[in-house]
Amino acid sequence: MTQSPPKPTSALSLPDLPGPDTPIRRLRHPGRWLSGITVILLLAMIGRAFAVGQIQWPVVGEFLTAGVIITGFGWTLLISACALVLGVVLGFVFGIMRHSENPILRFAAWLYVWIFRGTPVLLQLLIWFNIALVFPRLYIPGLVDERMVDVVTPFVAAVLGLGVNEGSYLTEVVRGGIGSVDRGQKEAAHTLGMTPGQTMRRIILPQTLRLILPVLGNSAIGMLKFSSLAATIAMGEMLNAAQRIYFINGAVIELLFVCAVWYLVGTTVLSIGQYYLERYFGRDTAATTSNRRWFKGWARRPAVEGEV
Amino acid sequence: MNLAVKAVGIRKSFGSHEVLKGLDLEVAYGEVLCILGPSGSGKSTFLRCINHLETPNSGYVWVDGAIMGYALHRGALQELPIRQLRAQQSQLGMVFQHFNLFAHRTVLGNVIEGPMVVRGLSRAKTEARAMELLEQVGMAGKASSYPSQLSGGQKQRVAIARSLAMEPRVMLFDEPTSALDPELVGEVLEVMRNLARGGTTMIVVTHEIGFAREVADRVVVMIDGEIRETGAPGQVLSNPGDPRVRSFLSRVLA
Ligand SMILES: Nc1ncnc2c1ncn2[C@@H]1O[C@H](COP(=O)(O)OP(=O)(O)OP(=O)(O)O)[C@@H](O)[C@H]1O
Ligand SMILES: [Mg+2]
Repeated sequence: MTQSPPKPTSALSLPDLPGPDTPIRRLRHPGRWLSGITVILLLAMIGRAFAVGQIQWPVVGEFLTAGVIITGFGWTLLISACALVLGVVLGFVFGIMRHSENPILRFAAWLYVWIFRGTPVLLQLLIWFNIALVFPRLYIPGLVDERMVDVVTPFVAAVLGLGVNEGSYLTEVVRGGIGSVDRGQKEAAHTLGMTPGQTMRRIILPQTLRLILPVLGNSAIGMLKFSSLAATIAMGEMLNAAQRIYFINGAVIELLFVCAVWYLVGTTVLSIGQYYLERYFGRDTAATTSNRRWFKGWARRPAVEGEV
Repeated sequence: MNLAVKAVGIRKSFGSHEVLKGLDLEVAYGEVLCILGPSGSGKSTFLRCINHLETPNSGYVWVDGAIMGYALHRGALQELPIRQLRAQQSQLGMVFQHFNLFAHRTVLGNVIEGPMVVRGLSRAKTEARAMELLEQVGMAGKASSYPSQLSGGQKQRVAIARSLAMEPRVMLFDEPTSALDPELVGEVLEVMRNLARGGTTMIVVTHEIGFAREVADRVVVMIDGEIRETGAPGQVLSNPGDPRVRSFLSRVLA
């Protein structure tokens, strides 16, 4: 059976074909211009609304660098950093316990997650802050014997509340990360004679860390914002400081905007740090991630020199 | 004949599925033994039992004067602490079908990991030796690459060097070329051929009949968790006695 060749849809016979250097005209995208201009207009309208609204911008500028606010921001950073470190440590400890051969250790880690992931972080903050009602004295024979209210200051309560809560989330993240490292990695380590501890430290955890780094970045950013909850337990971080100022001068929105600016500065710096950290830890899989940019055009250098 | 490995009555079940039905095997120093058999016959499981990646339900493996994973104590096999088991396992090099290179370490990092961590040797000392091994498998030029930047054949040659770095008494290979593109099989077999020539004791699970015929001192055919045929490659491959072995070989040789 013979088959006739498919008919061309528009007849362009061979002698009519253009030369190899025929210019190419790009397709126009009028829709993109239209939507772009619409969005810019909308943004301009919102911007104007705030510019002419009942906000005294000079007050915002004035308090942006006020000593109390800066000190508050310092506390915000300190609480966030301490709580994050605590959360990461707890996350790794309990995450590894979730993979233990010992069912009691596994259960303990599960219980931790169940309790601290299952209750609101604000509630946990209040409980830590009022823990002295349950345990009036902190007494560890030979080590500590003090009134609980002296030990659990607002700062300590904030770090414990935020850190322990974050740890419960990170436990699940670490557990998942460990579980998703290829089983062959562990077997290879065992055949080389590495003990379970060596295998965990040198083979499993470094690969887990790379897998969960994006989540840790989000944790850091989230922590910076959640630290504002500490304002409710009389911790003098930035939001608390702003509140104390506007209770006196009445510039509510102005001071809240000051806080927003500083939180944005903090989260932006963290986002950039996250991008570079991920790139550093992802260097063994650079081939697959080199095209991913934290922000297109932000970093133009290729992830690995000499990578194709 | 100096025995390197002696497996005695190895049985292994997964649930109610008995995969290994009482296997005995002896391998002498310097010998190259190839294990052939259809898919699912238990070859990998047997190899993994030999180095205790799987614990046999009964039976044991003797390697160079000690029983893997146990101490003989008053007529019973007393399980060893994990640290001692790992020390024994490091006497057996294992090369996996899927390489299992440490993804977060460079080629050199993979090779020095064992000697450094397990033997506690200094980095300088291990690096020199590791570079020799990488030279031997033709991978010295890629010492600072990461596994994800290598071809399958290159990964497997690095994996072989990594195992050799522990100076094992015996090398175990579980289908080292099965995951490779056909044109990459040759470079890995060439490395293995050189090892065999150098006198390395090797147990090789493989589907490469040509390699078995050429390099093996002895061939074992496993079917359904039993060793059905054992002998010199010429004899087993061209004139098997067992009818099931004959039908298996006629299928793979066809
Ligand atoms: N961890 C496990 N759990 C349950 N069953 C298993 C496990 N490992 C192996 N098996 C089963 O044991 C049998 C033998 O498997 P094994 O991998 O040893 O075969 P093989 O001879 O190596 O096959 P192949 O040539 O395909 O690699 C198979 O039926 C397999 O499904
Ligand atoms: Mg197999």
